Amino acid sequence: MARTSLSAVALQLSGSGAAVSEPAGPASATATPTFVLDVNGREHQLTVDARVTLLDALRDRLGLTGTKKGCDQGTCGACTVLVNGRRIDSCLTLAVMHEGDRVTTIEGLASGEQLHPIQAAFIKNDAFQCGYCTPGQLMSAVGMVNEGHAIDRNTVREQMSGNICRCGCYPHIVDAVLDWKGRS
Amino acid sequence: MNPFRYERAQSGAAAIAAAQHDGDARFVAGGTNILDLMKIHVEAPSLLVDINRLPLSKIELRGDSVHIGALARLNDVAAHPVVRQAFPMVAIALEQSASPQLRNMASMGGNLLQRTRCAYFRDVAAPCNKRAPGSGCGAIGGENRMEAILGTSERCIATHASDVAVPLVALDAVVNVAGPQGSRSIVLSDFYRLPGATPHLETVLVHGELITGLSVPVLPFGARSTYLKVRDRAQYEFALGSAAVALDIEGGTIRQARLALGGVGTVPWRPRAAEHDLTGAPATRTAFEGAAEAALTGARGYGMNDFKIALAKRTLVRALEMVAA
Repeated sequence: MARTSLSAVALQLSGSGAAVSEPAGPASATATPTFVLDVNGREHQLTVDARVTLLDALRDRLGLTGTKKGCDQGTCGACTVLVNGRRIDSCLTLAVMHEGDRVTTIEGLASGEQLHPIQAAFIKNDAFQCGYCTPGQLMSAVGMVNEGHAIDRNTVREQMSGNICRCGCYPHIVDAVLDWKGRS
Repeated sequence: MNPFRYERAQSGAAAIAAAQHDGDARFVAGGTNILDLMKIHVEAPSLLVDINRLPLSKIELRGDSVHIGALARLNDVAAHPVVRQAFPMVAIALEQSASPQLRNMASMGGNLLQRTRCAYFRDVAAPCNKRAPGSGCGAIGGENRMEAILGTSERCIATHASDVAVPLVALDAVVNVAGPQGSRSIVLSDFYRLPGATPHLETVLVHGELITGLSVPVLPFGARSTYLKVRDRAQYEFALGSAAVALDIEGGTIRQARLALGGVGTVPWRPRAAEHDLTGAPATRTAFEGAAEAALTGARGYGMNDFKIALAKRTLVRALEMVAA
């Protein structure tokens, strides 16, 4: 095992070309960080306990209750939001970790009264019953399309496997996604 | 979760220094494992050092190795053309891990360090030598259907949970680490520790050491490889058994083989004796079945997981047939 000095480590870590972005938020340790969160194009200044997840910050601090809490352990996908266009489970990440990121929630999907096409496709294809999982399903579907995965029925089923629907609307959810992408 | 302090590291050296000075500090990248464990009080760090802003996400060919930064996300590694071309089994293992959301979050470094899914480890009311050394093992004599059959000890039979570590062990991937004493490189099969009498010690890392990336040597026959995962559900489930297989075959004869098993070992399991048996053997089912017997030498069931011995053999035989076909 080769060993080098700590300064060589620092050089190695900083020498790979990509500069670390301008210091933002808490560089020194704190239990109650203050930071700015960009949600649906609006900046919010927050001072919260470091334990607050992105999900709880959205729901309890910003009043954006469209994002749902199901399992709170990354299993059900009801809390799916987009961070910089990528879908993630907001229950398994801390709010403070997302200073400088663009967070998009279900509230940011429609344009005013104009539904996002995936929302319209869910209605048209009867893709929900109780509706609790639906915001997560919609955000996951948008994330999946961003990733280029809405190819065929099997791929959509696999790619939507991180979103549980206890009403069992899966066939209609797949219909809605394929309908939206013109691949039904 | 317990209260903790949060710090965003601005450099690798700062991250290491912050962790070094607090014995209960943990690094956080994707957060999908540590935050889950903090919610159920299995982990209770005093300080979380957020390393997400460090420039450790690159995936690129460097000489004879594919370098994968520790912060590269599972989905990005799975989609990378160099990875897909050089080692399909790595991409397949990643695509069959967790859910799409979790694969967008989870980092490669974190995946290598993810903790077992053993239900006794995850239940703070239960005995567990891994979580609370000396408290006993609830899984031995308990609900052990998901537990390991290889590499176990009388103290611990918890299964290693990672999928991608399985093909990476077969490929002799090297873990690059930086720490208070400098940097070092560790072959992945030497990185994990068998549970023995100290199941709470899972790797050779010392406190304050940070995984910076992986170097995966390009295997000339790595393109002829697969990862076969057998599980209770078709998607979004941990392995009951899995096999990573790469074969170099010429004229029906196996020149070289790389094998690893997942879902059955306390560490990602590299059956070197089976690799040796296959070298020079004909690429036939008989030879594959012989190799599977060799691979499971020493396997021991604990009751509910006895089925894994036969399952692992069949999984390996089928994966060998898929690659040979």
